[in-house]
Amino acid sequence: MSPADEIEYTKVRGLRGPLAIVEGVSGIGWDEYVRITLASGERRHGVVLDADRDLAVVQVLEGTAGMDPEGIRAAFSGSPLRVPVGTDWLGRVCNGRGEPLDGGPPVLGSHTAEVGGAPINPVRREPPSEPVLTGVGAVDVLTTLVRGQKLPVFSVAGLPHLELAAQIAAQATAAGEAFSVVFAGMGLTHADASFVRDALEERSAAGELVLLLNTADDPVIERILTPRIALTVAENLAFNEGRHVLVVMTDMTTYAEALREVSAARGEIPARRAYPGYLYSDLASLYERCGRIKGRPGSVTVLPVLTMPAGDITHPVPDLTGYITEGQIVLSPETHARGAYPPLDALSSLSRLMRKGAGPGRTRDDHLHVAAQLLAALAHARQVRDLADLVGQAALSPTDRRYLDFEEAFLRDFADQRSDEPRELDTSLERGWQALLTLPRSQLSMLPAQLLDAHGAKEFDAPDVREAP
Amino acid sequence: MGAVTDATGTRRRTVAQPLVSRILRVTGPLVEMEYTGGIAMYDLVSIGPAGLPGEVVAITGDVVTVQAYEYTGGLAPGQTALPRGRPLSVRLGPGLLGGIFDGLLRPLSRAGDWLLPGAQQAVAEAPSWFFSPSVAQGEQVAEGQALGEVRDAGPVPVKVLVPPGCRGTVEGIADAGDHPRDVPVAVVGGTEVTVSALWPVRRPRPVRERVDSHEALSTGQRVIDLLFPVARGSTVAVPGGFGTGKTVLLQQIAKWCDADVIVYVGCGERGNEMADVITELSELQDPRTGGRLADRTVTIANTSNMPMMAREASIYTGVTVAEYFRDMGLDVVVIADSTSRWAEALREFASRTGALPAEEGYPAGLASAIAAFYERAAAVTTLGGDRGSVTVIGAVSPPGGDMTEPVTAHTERFVRCLWSLDRDLAYARHYPAVSWAGSFSRDVPVLAAGHRAAGDPAWSGRRDRVGAVLAEADRLADLVDLIGIAALPPRERISVLAGRLVREGVLQQSALSERDAYCGPEKTAALADAFLAVADRCRELVDSGISASSVEEVDFGPLLRAREDTGPHDAAGVAARRNAMLAGLGEMRP
Repeated sequence: MSPADEIEYTKVRGLRGPLAIVEGVSGIGWDEYVRITLASGERRHGVVLDADRDLAVVQVLEGTAGMDPEGIRAAFSGSPLRVPVGTDWLGRVCNGRGEPLDGGPPVLGSHTAEVGGAPINPVRREPPSEPVLTGVGAVDVLTTLVRGQKLPVFSVAGLPHLELAAQIAAQATAAGEAFSVVFAGMGLTHADASFVRDALEERSAAGELVLLLNTADDPVIERILTPRIALTVAENLAFNEGRHVLVVMTDMTTYAEALREVSAARGEIPARRAYPGYLYSDLASLYERCGRIKGRPGSVTVLPVLTMPAGDITHPVPDLTGYITEGQIVLSPETHARGAYPPLDALSSLSRLMRKGAGPGRTRDDHLHVAAQLLAALAHARQVRDLADLVGQAALSPTDRRYLDFEEAFLRDFADQRSDEPRELDTSLERGWQALLTLPRSQLSMLPAQLLDAHGAKEFDAPDVREAP
Repeated sequence: MGAVTDATGTRRRTVAQPLVSRILRVTGPLVEMEYTGGIAMYDLVSIGPAGLPGEVVAITGDVVTVQAYEYTGGLAPGQTALPRGRPLSVRLGPGLLGGIFDGLLRPLSRAGDWLLPGAQQAVAEAPSWFFSPSVAQGEQVAEGQALGEVRDAGPVPVKVLVPPGCRGTVEGIADAGDHPRDVPVAVVGGTEVTVSALWPVRRPRPVRERVDSHEALSTGQRVIDLLFPVARGSTVAVPGGFGTGKTVLLQQIAKWCDADVIVYVGCGERGNEMADVITELSELQDPRTGGRLADRTVTIANTSNMPMMAREASIYTGVTVAEYFRDMGLDVVVIADSTSRWAEALREFASRTGALPAEEGYPAGLASAIAAFYERAAAVTTLGGDRGSVTVIGAVSPPGGDMTEPVTAHTERFVRCLWSLDRDLAYARHYPAVSWAGSFSRDVPVLAAGHRAAGDPAWSGRRDRVGAVLAEADRLADLVDLIGIAALPPRERISVLAGRLVREGVLQQSALSERDAYCGPEKTAALADAFLAVADRCRELVDSGISASSVEEVDFGPLLRAREDTGPHDAAGVAARRNAMLAGLGEMRP
C-alpha cells in the first residue's frame, strides 16, 4: 500500500477518451489501482482495464482532460483498490473516493480491504429474521425492513425519495443493538448533498454514520467506486465489529448511468437501452453484499434508492434491481399529489422477507394481521373509488362508502407523517387500527376475533343517517 | 493422468504432460496465454499463483484464449498458467446427495464465510465410502451394469457402474467394506473402476437409446398436473417477470414432485433465497421415503454475485449430475433458476472475446446453445438396460416482462411445456400465477394415452372441460367489463361463475398452507370433478327457471375451502363436500 513500494512508469503511448495506455510495464495485474501524477503535480487515479503483455490500459477516474502524455507518472499499487476499514469511519464525511470533506485527517484503519469484496458463501448465510425499524410508520407496518435484506425504493423524479432516504437513515434502529448507517450519495446536486449533511448531522455527531458524497460535478467514474467503498466499510462494521449496518445508496439510476458511460468508453457491445450486458451482475455484486453470516454478530441491510426514468418500471435499472432485491418500496406521484408524505404506493410495495421479520416474537403479535387487512381493505377501497368515479358516490352501498372513509383515514391518520417525526411501531399499528375501525366489523375478516374484541370493532347496525341518500 | 480419467472415456493423449504456460494478457475473465503444446479446446487451465480454474475457448496461432471462472483481479501478464490436459470435469460419485456445491461442483459446505478466488481448490473430499459388491470375480459385465452399491447419506443408494466404453470379465472386485475414494473397487477388462470418477460436463453421458415417455411427472401443483402436465424426461420453461412467484413455484416442485433425485441449480439468483431453500430442504420430510428432502437433492448454488463464468458452467454441471443418477435407473429432475442469467453469462463472454453480436448483444450461437442444453433431457434406456429419465425445468426471467426478448423467444421453441407466469394474476394474489391462456404442454397427447392405458380414461376429458370452462369465462370477462354482469343471459352468467369457482377452488394453491402446498393426483381429480359437477348443476338450475343472481349468491365457501380443509390425498373428503354442495343446490326452488 505504501507508495514507496510502487514502481512508476512514465511512458504513455496514447490517450483516448478516459483511457491512458501505458507502455513498457511488467507484472501489472488486471483491475490494479493506479495513482497518476501529471507534470503539473496534479494527482489522478485509475484502474487497469486491460493488461496486455507490456501494455496497461488504464481508465482514469477523473478523465483525461488536460493530460499531456509527456511528464505523466503512473504508479501501480500492485492490487485492486483497497480501502482502510474500521470504526474510524464512523462520524466522518467523505467524498465518493473516501477522501475527507469534513476537514479532518484522512481516514485510517487497522487494516485494509478490497473494495470489490468477495461473495458470501450461500451456505454460511443466516436467513434474515429480525426487523430494522425505520420510524416511518407506513414502511414499518406494511413493508417491514428485515436485517440482512435488500429493499429498494423505486421513485420518480420530483418525489421526496431523498427526504425519505435521509429520514430512514436518521431514524432507523435495531431494537437497541449497536446500529450504524452508511450513506452513499451518488451524483447528488450540491443542494441535495448539503440537505443530507444537515438531515443526518445528529446521527453523524453520535458516531453512528459514515457519509460518502459524490456530487453531480464529481468525476462520473468515481461514482462506480462510491457504493463499493460504502459496502466494504459496512461489511467490516457488521461482520468484524458486530454492528447492524444499514447502507443507503442513492441514486442507483445515476450509478447505472455512470456504468453505461464507462462501458461505452471501453467500446463494449451494449445491451438494452445501451446499458452494458453485465448490468445485472454488476448490480448484484452490490446488492448481494447484504446479509447475515452464521456465527458472526451484525448484519448488512441495503436500501438502494432509484428513480425510474419517466416512471417506467420496466426500465433496465428498476427491472434488474427488482430481480435481485427482496421486494420494493414504490413511491407514487398520485399519493404525493394528495399531499401525503411519504407518498407510498402501498399496493405496489412489498417486502418479501416481512413474514420472517415481523409478527409474534419479532415486532407485535397483531402486526402481520393488521398489515394484511390494511392492504386488502385498501385494494377494495381503490375498486370502490373507481366505481364511484363511474356511477357517483350516491349509488354506492353504505359499506362501500365506508371504504372511501377508510381510504381517507388511511392516508390522513396512518400513512401521513412529518419528515422529521420518528414514529414508534406501536403508535403506527394503533393508527392502522384506527383507520381499520372506520370499517364495519364484518369487513375485517383477516383479523382474529379476539383482536377485534380488544379494539372494540363494531358492526354499525344502525343505519347511518349522515350517509342516507 | 491415471485410469480414473481414462475410464470416463476421455480421449487419451499421446502427448506427455502439457508444459507450463505464461499469461500474455488479462482483461476481466478473458485471459490469453502462450501455446506450449498439448492443449486442446475446452481443456481446463489453472491460472496464476492462486490456480484459478479456466477453460480454453480459442487457440489462434501460438495464443490460447482462456475463460476464467473466477475474479481475475491482480492477475498479471508474465505469471504462469498450467494446462490440465483434460476438459472441465466434475467428480461424480457418492457424497453428492444432500450436498451444496458451487457451479464447478466444489463443495460449499467446507468453504469459508467468503468465497475467495482459488481458495476452494484446496478443499479435500470425504476419505472413504462403504462399498458392497453385487457381482463376483470372473463374471462377464457390460458397460453401464452395476458392480455394487455405496452407502450414501440418504435413502437413495448410489450404484457403482461399469464405465461407458468398458466391458469384459470382472478381474477383481473389492469385498464389502470401507474403501478410499481413489482406490479401485473393481477391475473390469483391464480397467480399474473407482467409486467416483471425473466426467466432462459439456459431454452428455451415453445411453443405449432414448425412449418415449408415457408417464407424467407428478408435481403436486394442481394447475400443472391438471392442465399443463409434464412427462418424465420432458422439458419445461417457466417464464415470469420479477414478483410473479417463479422461485416459489420452482421450490414447490423441488419439494413435492415424485422424482427420485432433484438437482436444484440456483443460477445467478438471490443469496438469501438460496439460504432459505437450503434451510427448508433440510427441515422438510420426504413424504415418500420419510427421510429428509435434502437427502434426495443436490443443490448447486451460484448466486448472482458469485463469479459470472462459473454460472455459465453451472447449468452443464447440474445436468451432468442428473445424468449420473439417471444412469442408475432413476428419475431425475433438474431445476435451473434462472436460464436467463446463464444466457447473460454467454453474452458477457462473447462480448469480451469480440464475437459478432446477434440480437440484443447475445452471441449468434444462443439459440443452438439453449436447444442443446434442453436436449440433454430425455427418458432413456440406460447402458445397463434400466429405465431412467432427466426432466429439465428452466426458469426464464424476461427483462421488463418482455416475452419477445431472445432468451424467452428461443426457449419457447425448444421446450415441450411452457408454464407462463402472469403478472396480473400475481398482482391479484392468484398463486401459482400460471396463465392458462399463455401456457402449453405438448406432452398432453402421450400422457392422455398413458392414462388411458393405466385405466384412467377420464383424465383427458377432465382436462379439456376445465380448459373450456376457463376459456369461456375469459371470453365473457371482456364482455362483462363493457356491459356489466347483469346484462348477460343466465347461462353465460353461470359460465362466468364457473370460471371463478375453478380459478379459486382448483387452480389457486397456497404454498404456505400445510395441507394445500402439495396436492395428490386423486385429490386434484376430485376437486376438478367437484367444481365441474357444481357448474353443471348451476346451469341446470338456471335452465329450470331459477334466477342467475340467486345462484351467484349461494355460499360456495365450503367447497372453495376444500383444498385447504382436506389432506393432500383426501379425495373422499373433497367428494363429501361436493355432495353436500350439490345437495344444497338441489334444494333451490324458483
